Amino acid sequence: MSKKKSPASNSGPESIDLVATSHAPADPVSPGAAPTHQDHAHDHHEHPGPTNFLTRYVFATDHKVIGIQFLVSGLIFFIVGGLLALAVRWQLAWPWTRIPVLSSMMESQWQTKGQMPPEFYNKLFTMHASVMIFFVVIPILTGAFGNYLIPLMIGARDMAFPKLNMLSYWFMWPAFIVMLVSFTVPGGAAEAGWTAYPPLSVFRHSTPGSLNGQTLWLMGVLFAGVSSIMGSINYITTVLTLRAPGMKMFRMPMTVWSMFITALLQAFALPVLTSAIIMQLLDRTIGTNFFIPVGASVANEPGPVGGGQPLLFQHLFWFYSHPAVYIMILPAMGMVSDILSTFSRKPLFGYKPMVFAMAAIALLGFLVWGHHMFQSGMNPLLGATFMLSTMVIALPSAIKTFNWIGTLWGGSIQFTAAMLFATGFVAMFVIGGLSGIFMAATPIDIHIHDTYFIVGHLHYVLFGGSSFAIFAGLYYWFPKIFGRMLDERLGKIHFLLTFISFNCTFFLMHIIGLRGHPRRVANPYIYQFLDNPGVHFMNEFMTVSALLMGAAQLILIYNVLASLVAGKRAPDNPWRANTLEWATSSPPPHHNFATIPTVYHAAYEYSVPGEAEDFIPQTQPLANLAPSPALATSSHA
Amino acid sequence: MRYWSLLFLVTAALCVGSFVYAMFDPNWWLLHNVSVRSPLHFGAEIDRLTMLVLAITGAVFVLTMLALSWALWKYPASPGRVAQYSHGNHKLEIVWTLIPAVILVFLAFYQMGSWADIKFRSRRPKSAPLAQVTGRQFNWLVRYPGVDGKFGTTDDLHVINNLHIVKDQAVLIDLKSQDVLHSFFLPQIRLKQDAVPGMTIPVWFDVDTPGTYELVCAELCGWGHYKMRGLLTVHETQAEFNEWMTSALAEQNQTQPAGATAPDAQASDPATTATDPASSTVERS
Ligand code: HEM
Ligand SMILES: [Cu+2]
Ligand SMILES: [Cu+2]
Repeated sequence: MSKKKSPASNSGPESIDLVATSHAPADPVSPGAAPTHQDHAHDHHEHPGPTNFLTRYVFATDHKVIGIQFLVSGLIFFIVGGLLALAVRWQLAWPWTRIPVLSSMMESQWQTKGQMPPEFYNKLFTMHASVMIFFVVIPILTGAFGNYLIPLMIGARDMAFPKLNMLSYWFMWPAFIVMLVSFTVPGGAAEAGWTAYPPLSVFRHSTPGSLNGQTLWLMGVLFAGVSSIMGSINYITTVLTLRAPGMKMFRMPMTVWSMFITALLQAFALPVLTSAIIMQLLDRTIGTNFFIPVGASVANEPGPVGGGQPLLFQHLFWFYSHPAVYIMILPAMGMVSDILSTFSRKPLFGYKPMVFAMAAIALLGFLVWGHHMFQSGMNPLLGATFMLSTMVIALPSAIKTFNWIGTLWGGSIQFTAAMLFATGFVAMFVIGGLSGIFMAATPIDIHIHDTYFIVGHLHYVLFGGSSFAIFAGLYYWFPKIFGRMLDERLGKIHFLLTFISFNCTFFLMHIIGLRGHPRRVANPYIYQFLDNPGVHFMNEFMTVSALLMGAAQLILIYNVLASLVAGKRAPDNPWRANTLEWATSSPPPHHNFATIPTVYHAAYEYSVPGEAEDFIPQTQPLANLAPSPALATSSHA
Repeated sequence: MRYWSLLFLVTAALCVGSFVYAMFDPNWWLLHNVSVRSPLHFGAEIDRLTMLVLAITGAVFVLTMLALSWALWKYPASPGRVAQYSHGNHKLEIVWTLIPAVILVFLAFYQMGSWADIKFRSRRPKSAPLAQVTGRQFNWLVRYPGVDGKFGTTDDLHVINNLHIVKDQAVLIDLKSQDVLHSFFLPQIRLKQDAVPGMTIPVWFDVDTPGTYELVCAELCGWGHYKMRGLLTVHETQAEFNEWMTSALAEQNQTQPAGATAPDAQASDPATTATDPASSTVERS
């Protein structure tokens, strides 16, 4: 797989000036000592960062600063998206009652004594999902962690295209702005759900949010997509060309593998979403009829004459958005794999099967989009084949789960906050994966499609999965990123409360969904089969739990802010981990490494028998194992 | 701190427990299924498959959570404890690939028959459609062909938000939409099908118990989506159904002479309740 035959053959493409200064091959690392600036006075190339505030912190090209920018905006939108969700939950538990704060804010606009209008409810869940998916989970996983970690973990000084990297962040801002502004335009924000199915999303008078909000929504998603494309091109190139000497593909940590495969997914899937979005924009603005069939119309307007196909949009959308759900879980899986291995003090169980499982998920991910369309009117024959491919894609997920448990098995487990969230990820992903099998079974999906069962499934994979991994990653890499330790005790309390309230919020959704509780309804109690004490109890219980879960996040916010100011200074390698980012200072200097490190083995050499320490950084050869021939030639030790 | 493992164990137990509790509380669980003893009995078929998958996934869930909790309980860091040095195990890897693979592929093929029966166009009843059901923001417009058996003629019967059928008779419905997507969802029959403008989608089912059942719109269709509620009325006998049909036709002829167009969708709206705040933008220009 790797083009490099020996570590000496690579120090990054010479054309890129910032890596040309690396003298790694001539500068072997002595065993036992992690390299730091001081050890290498003879190799004292200065890599001063930009001194101008604007180029240093705002229009920065340093991947670390860009990573932090993605992290900060992502976490802020996490709060925004979370508050939107709490309003959704409030309405489901106590429909049409006044909502604290929100009702007072909106009172004059609603003119309903503080009751939210039904279309406002639709805006809430639409914007909640759009913000969480396009502004939080994808940007934090790939933009923040991907950006920050890829160069550090492969031993590069920066991304291959630092300017493109900067652009990829700043393209998020038009997206942020149009999405937020859309709340204030006539008709308000979009209401067609994050899936934006036409004709609802295209007819301007189908619902207030389709008047103007939908156009802004489309532009927002378009900008976010452009940002992702730029990022993915950069990540692919960086991983392929800038690995440090000795960092063969199959020595890369799972985090890097996952970011690499995710970038490939994005590069192949996003163009399809982009075209779908542009087609919908054209339908809305200049009256093309890609998605509107002859004769359909709302509000007694004349229908279009030339005809399109509503299902075409669904195909295009899910051709991107099914891979997109993997874009939201693969990086999480990679990060969790590394964290589990570090805190079990044990090599990752089945490293190569894990890589292959990920690759399989990525490939199969392009063959299952139709499972979102079983009941859409798509030919049921196609549904049968999509059922088979969907069942098959559950397989690599199962393999990964077993390997994670295999990693814990026989370890020496340290229950840090990061580890708890990583373990929580595994447990919650099991539930999300298993509920997926119900929906993959087409006959069962007839009943549970578009019910709360789906909402349960997607929150187990996206909150219990992706978001728990984000928390795990935050606790794990915070010391590296900011040079300060987070408070572990607060971290554990945060985990405990989040884990409990998460399950209380989302587990009952499976049951209520099986009963038939539809999703996206402003008042479920219109239906008699839902207007009973059992359903009321479940909805109220879920809402109270969601409020508690929101409150528990205050602990995290406090912990982050307090630690930034007064946290304990972080050592270079607080978790005694092997990967390269721990071989430099915390936080790393401007170009990451004083000297480009040389890599001697894969990332998971923990508890190697006969070694003095229970970890052996990738920069350090194994004392008791003969180095591979390729390495022997370059090792001066 | 091996006690963290208990958190996972207890959570798993509560998850299983809540399902067990739900099964015994009719206010929580699947609705009473009225497509069980009828000839097509799709509802029974879907419930049976659901329970099968629930049993399999439940067993897998319990086993993985036990393994996870056990590992956390058994292997906490403690002074002197050294982790095993192992990069994996090929045999195990093959075992835990093959077993789930067999189960998953079996599940896929096992479901195919029911899926085909319920949805494949070739399996639809050979009879003529009983009615057309058309979604239109935010009502279900039901049209019966009337005595001449043809849709679109002057003797058609138009009903809003109420579909009448006869017990144990397999009915074929032509599902349509005039504006945006809707979804025809009968939770007590476990039946769902999206209505798509520009398409006529056949839907067929039967019911074993007379009564009225709620019809849900399950696809987001605009600000009033939540109140797009209809009813399915199941008559005991064909005679009773005919009686209803005659009186409904008579009523229609009284309020609007034969030949009038379909009643305005905005007309009656049984679903709206008094507490609903009106949409602030209902009256658009
Ligand atoms: C074990 C593997 C999985 C299987 C078999 C599976 C299966 C499915 C199926 C069949 C649906 C469509 C259900 C319906 O609308 O009727 C669905 C929906 C969904 N899945 Fe999964 N899934 C799996 C894993 C994941 C993962 C890992 C994620 C994301 C991290 C994910 C996120 C979603 C989301 C967001 C939806 C809902 C989309 C929407 O309609 O809004 N799933 N899944
Ligand atoms: Cu999918
Ligand atoms: Cu609807």
